[in-house]
Amino acid sequence: MGRAETLKALRADAAAARMAGLTLPQGAAWANAARQEALARVGAMGLPTKRDEYWKYTDPASLTAGEAPEAALFTPDERPMFDGTDRLRIVFVDGVYDPEMSDDMSGENLEIERLSTAMAKDIHWSKDLYGKLETEGHDPVERPLAALNTAFATDGVVIRATGKVSRPVNVSYLHRATNSDAILHHVIRVEKGADLTFLENGPAAARLSKVMEVDVADGGAFHHVRTQGRDQERRAVTGSFARLGAGSTYKSFTLTVNGRLTRNETIITITGDEAVAHVAGACVGDGKDFHHDDTVFITHDAVACESRQVFKKVLRNAATGVFQGKILVKPDAQKTDGYQISQSLLLDDDSQFLAKPELEIYADDVACSHGSTSGAIDETGLFYLRSRGVPEKEAIDLLTLAFLAEALAEIEDEALAEDLRERLESWLKRHR
Amino acid sequence: MLTIKNLHAELEEEGKKILKGVDLVLEPGKVHAIMGPNGSGKSTLSYILAGREGYEVTEGSAELDGVDLLEMEPEERAAAGLFLAFQYPVEIPGVGNMTFLRTAVNAQRKARGEEELSAGDFLKEVRAKAKTLKIDADMLKRPVNVGFSGGEKKRNEILQMAMLEPKMCILDETDSGLDVDAMKLVSEGVNALRDGKRSFLVITHYQRLLDHIKPDVVHIMADGRIIKTGGPELALEVENNGYADILAEEGI
Repeated sequence: MGRAETLKALRADAAAARMAGLTLPQGAAWANAARQEALARVGAMGLPTKRDEYWKYTDPASLTAGEAPEAALFTPDERPMFDGTDRLRIVFVDGVYDPEMSDDMSGENLEIERLSTAMAKDIHWSKDLYGKLETEGHDPVERPLAALNTAFATDGVVIRATGKVSRPVNVSYLHRATNSDAILHHVIRVEKGADLTFLENGPAAARLSKVMEVDVADGGAFHHVRTQGRDQERRAVTGSFARLGAGSTYKSFTLTVNGRLTRNETIITITGDEAVAHVAGACVGDGKDFHHDDTVFITHDAVACESRQVFKKVLRNAATGVFQGKILVKPDAQKTDGYQISQSLLLDDDSQFLAKPELEIYADDVACSHGSTSGAIDETGLFYLRSRGVPEKEAIDLLTLAFLAEALAEIEDEALAEDLRERLESWLKRHR
Repeated sequence: MLTIKNLHAELEEEGKKILKGVDLVLEPGKVHAIMGPNGSGKSTLSYILAGREGYEVTEGSAELDGVDLLEMEPEERAAAGLFLAFQYPVEIPGVGNMTFLRTAVNAQRKARGEEELSAGDFLKEVRAKAKTLKIDADMLKRPVNVGFSGGEKKRNEILQMAMLEPKMCILDETDSGLDVDAMKLVSEGVNALRDGKRSFLVITHYQRLLDHIKPDVVHIMADGRIIKTGGPELALEVENNGYADILAEEGI
């Protein structure tokens, strides 16, 4: 067999192994059709293997295995995430909706229900979105794990913001079983001029597959803040697919501490003029079992749009960080303002940061900048702080938080940013 | 206050000898100046006293009030009352100046077993001291030294000194990069801290700083040693005639 055929066979094997124990959930006709189509996409693509170029730095084996590798439970000793924010809380335990812990699904300018409920209805607005943005997201790079999610997702939330939504929607994912394998899918539509804040937190399961499709109409705004849970052994692959209309805004920030394997993909297509897309992430990892991968693909297909990718990673004790980020500027996307920065702070010689920053530009009147660096703590700065009486470990923490500051600054809500900063500070203290 | 005896030091990596037997005794409340040509080891001396890595002390001692400085970590030296105003203050992006100051003040208090300063008391003090140095609220909010002009950086050093209230202050070419007005402002800041007990070691190339900060003793340093010690008139001699005569006198 040639290389291509071998790869195809390996992908098919991976898909067969992953799907062996899965059954397609049943719903309304349109929902069943959407799942069947997704299944066909998985059939055509197979699932990724470590020989795939797009998975060169992250081995997908544990994400495509038939069963979720066991992950020990973790009980957080800190205040619940986002507890300082008045929010509408939806809780999934190991991927299963928990009505007891969840708030009533209603709110001002807000239509919200479970995915499983929406997909059981013969007529539902989410029909036009479910699996659609995911499907478009395979061009030019295939993302078969997202297609698998569309086929087999058991639940999630569908949200339609029709105006300014005053209370953020907070989906919390709890992890209670050591071998849980959750597949969740959210569909979000921000209507013209509407404004929604979406908060996510928690590990979700031993293994989580999560896809979120977000359609932001003209002038709409979507704010997303996510924390992924401190469980050491959890695994997650997530895909955020977004389409942005004219003058719309999409701002997303993710904080990741711990976790054995995390692959966060963000795929944004800007289709309307003067839209803004910001994607940021801060991650801190300790130990050889920590592997975190941010993969971002932003396509500019409209005039005078702005995109920012800001990713910062702090790695120690042989932890691994990956960044694959791309800005694609189509021929007509003039006046594009693109910015991409990915940086790692390596606190020892054993940790590694693998980065693949890419720009692909077909328009001639654009401003795109990108940078990627890895470095150690600045010795001069460290001495300066110590010479003022700040003990070495405290000084290193201070410089580490300073390193992460640019990513945290992407969070618009200052109280929330400060809260996350404090949590990071405690994490650093514990890991001195 | 500060007693340096026969201090020898070299660059750790290259083994290059920089200090070749420095002797200096600085009494409480006094201001000593060290002058000397480029490469004489003045800045190295200040770094070694503050505990910067990269140097190896091969011989001799340095004590602050009878305590061996060379055995201490930089932060311990600071808590013991040593302060170095840097020739090139370091920019620390992402750390607010105010946060930095408060962290430093409280870390030193903690190390000395004192109670930490409350946020209110700290703020009051820092505002008052910043005002006399013409440091505005914006400079206090900005990241440490980032985007500061040369003069602003040096004023910021003096503000730190004023907040930390060290007993032994070393000023490493604090006049470099300052215009006349800034030098006056910085000098006033330093002079305000002279209280008869606090000691100063002022490293400079030029007499003009010593017009503002009047030294009790002037040392000339060359080739890693102090080769001549005298009164303020020694600085004037250097200003008028350069180092050549003095160096020749000492056979360097």
